[in-house]
Amino acid sequence: MKHKTFFWFVLPSSLAMLLFIFFPIVSVLVQSVHVDTEQVIKEVTNCGPFGCETTTSVDQEATQALKREHPLGRFAGLTTYLDRRHLAVDEVKLAWNNTSGLGDFVKQLVNLPFYKAMSFTLAYTFIVTPLVIIFGFIIAVAVNGAVKWLRGPLIFFSLLPMLVTPLVGSLILFWMVDARGVVGAALQYLAGDPNLSVKASTPYTWVMLMVYGVWHSAPFAFIVYYAGLQSVNKDTLESAMIDGASRWEQIRYVVIPHLLPLTTFIALMQLMDNFRVFEPIVSFSASAHATSLSWAIYNDLGGETQQLSSAAATSVLTILGICILLLPVLIRTWRDFTHK
Amino acid sequence: MSAKTQRRSHLLNLLLITVLVIWMILAAFPFLWTLWGSFKVEGDFFSKANWANALFGPLTRDETGGSFTGAGYHGAWIKEAFGLAALNTVIVCFFVVTISLTFGTLGGYALSRSTFRYAFWFLIIALIFRAMPPITLVSGYLPVFFTWNLWGYLPTAIVVLVAINQPFTLWMLHSFFKNIPKDLDESAMVDGCNRFQAFRHVIVPVMWPGVITTGLFSFLLAYNDFAVTAMILSKENQTMVPKISGFLGTTQTKGNVMFAVAAVVSVTAPLFVMVLYFQRQIVSGLTAGAVKG
Repeated sequence: MKHKTFFWFVLPSSLAMLLFIFFPIVSVLVQSVHVDTEQVIKEVTNCGPFGCETTTSVDQEATQALKREHPLGRFAGLTTYLDRRHLAVDEVKLAWNNTSGLGDFVKQLVNLPFYKAMSFTLAYTFIVTPLVIIFGFIIAVAVNGAVKWLRGPLIFFSLLPMLVTPLVGSLILFWMVDARGVVGAALQYLAGDPNLSVKASTPYTWVMLMVYGVWHSAPFAFIVYYAGLQSVNKDTLESAMIDGASRWEQIRYVVIPHLLPLTTFIALMQLMDNFRVFEPIVSFSASAHATSLSWAIYNDLGGETQQLSSAAATSVLTILGICILLLPVLIRTWRDFTHK
Repeated sequence: MSAKTQRRSHLLNLLLITVLVIWMILAAFPFLWTLWGSFKVEGDFFSKANWANALFGPLTRDETGGSFTGAGYHGAWIKEAFGLAALNTVIVCFFVVTISLTFGTLGGYALSRSTFRYAFWFLIIALIFRAMPPITLVSGYLPVFFTWNLWGYLPTAIVVLVAINQPFTLWMLHSFFKNIPKDLDESAMVDGCNRFQAFRHVIVPVMWPGVITTGLFSFLLAYNDFAVTAMILSKENQTMVPKISGFLGTTQTKGNVMFAVAAVVSVTAPLFVMVLYFQRQIVSGLTAGAVKG
């Protein structure tokens, strides 16, 4: 295809991505190194019968003029990144100097908002992703073993947890886990503790969020593996059987190698999607016990006073995190490409 | 691995059935439970005394006289104007799907036919964009939308969702067009068509299965989105999903959780119907990326 034709064909799509993905990233970068313009304070001296009094007030006109002059605010360099709400350099240093041990240091660290969000996001990403792969595989093998007419309905119900709106799916689970809901009641019965509340405890909240994550994403791994199982080479399988391979050996040496590339694909998609975990925290109202990077941005933007530079700094750090996560994949693609 | 080539032991069969039964309960039960419970009063759906109240609904009978009540739906749809949010969702989804597919088919086709190196880099950049959590972009939009007075309107949300949708749409349609033989449009070009005419007359008639599959996923993205629509739309223009999260803030204090439960069921129902009709396309779409790389 000629360069010119290619250009016209991809123009609408690239324009959309340039304007609404690339420029926003640049804008986020710029915002993160600026802070709001300071309000101009003026002193007014009122002299009355009882002497003179000096009061300070915000000079609205001058502030507006300053804002118009510098719409981005003041340049602040990396201060937003280093403040208490983000990397919290001073607090970390203090904690490091006053710590009694590694455990204590970690405990102090996760009390800082950014590290709290980071720790949950990473834990969620790296616990949910492997579990999704394992459960997806087990379900795929089980569905593949079912009789033909049953497979359609099985796939139908299996798809639901994944396709349903994440906010809605997590709400449904949240209401069931509520102390007055059916799962909550069952847990109280099992634990023999009538006052057990999943919402009130940090470890239970983490577990609940991760259970939701696995429930939501396992169908994706299932469906990819299921399709993979359909395309396993029947001849290879048969010859393995004739050679005396046991059932387990057939799975180990024929099926699993066939599914391995699919696993890379699932892992890549899941890492990307789990890193942005956000909706379940909103619908579980779990922010007291677990926050994520996406939630921190949402929280900064949604409050009474929008903290744009703070949100922008967290966004930049999140994007950096995503890049680090994707780096191995990018390097591999690059190698494959240059070797071709 | 059919039953003919190999017989499974009873133990293995039992294991398979157990896994399937447990998974089916996990996957389907929450939806059925919520659907059933949405026709009860709050005291039954969230019962401190006995979880079985949600099934039999003694309080529902005491309070309303019938075993089922539509009070939650009445509250959500009529008192809280959920219908308006539903209409907004329909508008947003329709335009997002149409525009993304138009842009995506053009771009995806070009990417599948170009042999130059930049086509590869284009796809890699799209993959990186696909990995960006949408909420990180929102803080980039807001100041601009506020200054230009674009914040809060449906068209703004539509354009943003189209853009966020593009990387995925391009990847999917690219791998789909790759499977349509090159000879098809090239022979049309030998016959004197230019590239666009070849696309219009030869490729467009055969591309619908792939476009429908991609369209389903664009629809899901627009329908399920919370991060963008919650931040960009004003209260009057909200779509269904942010509206539900609004219910959680305002109505829980009023003791009307059942509005939210009814709204949740209303949002899920269209998805059920969609999966019912398009199961085959959804499955093929989910696996397309994996199988074709």
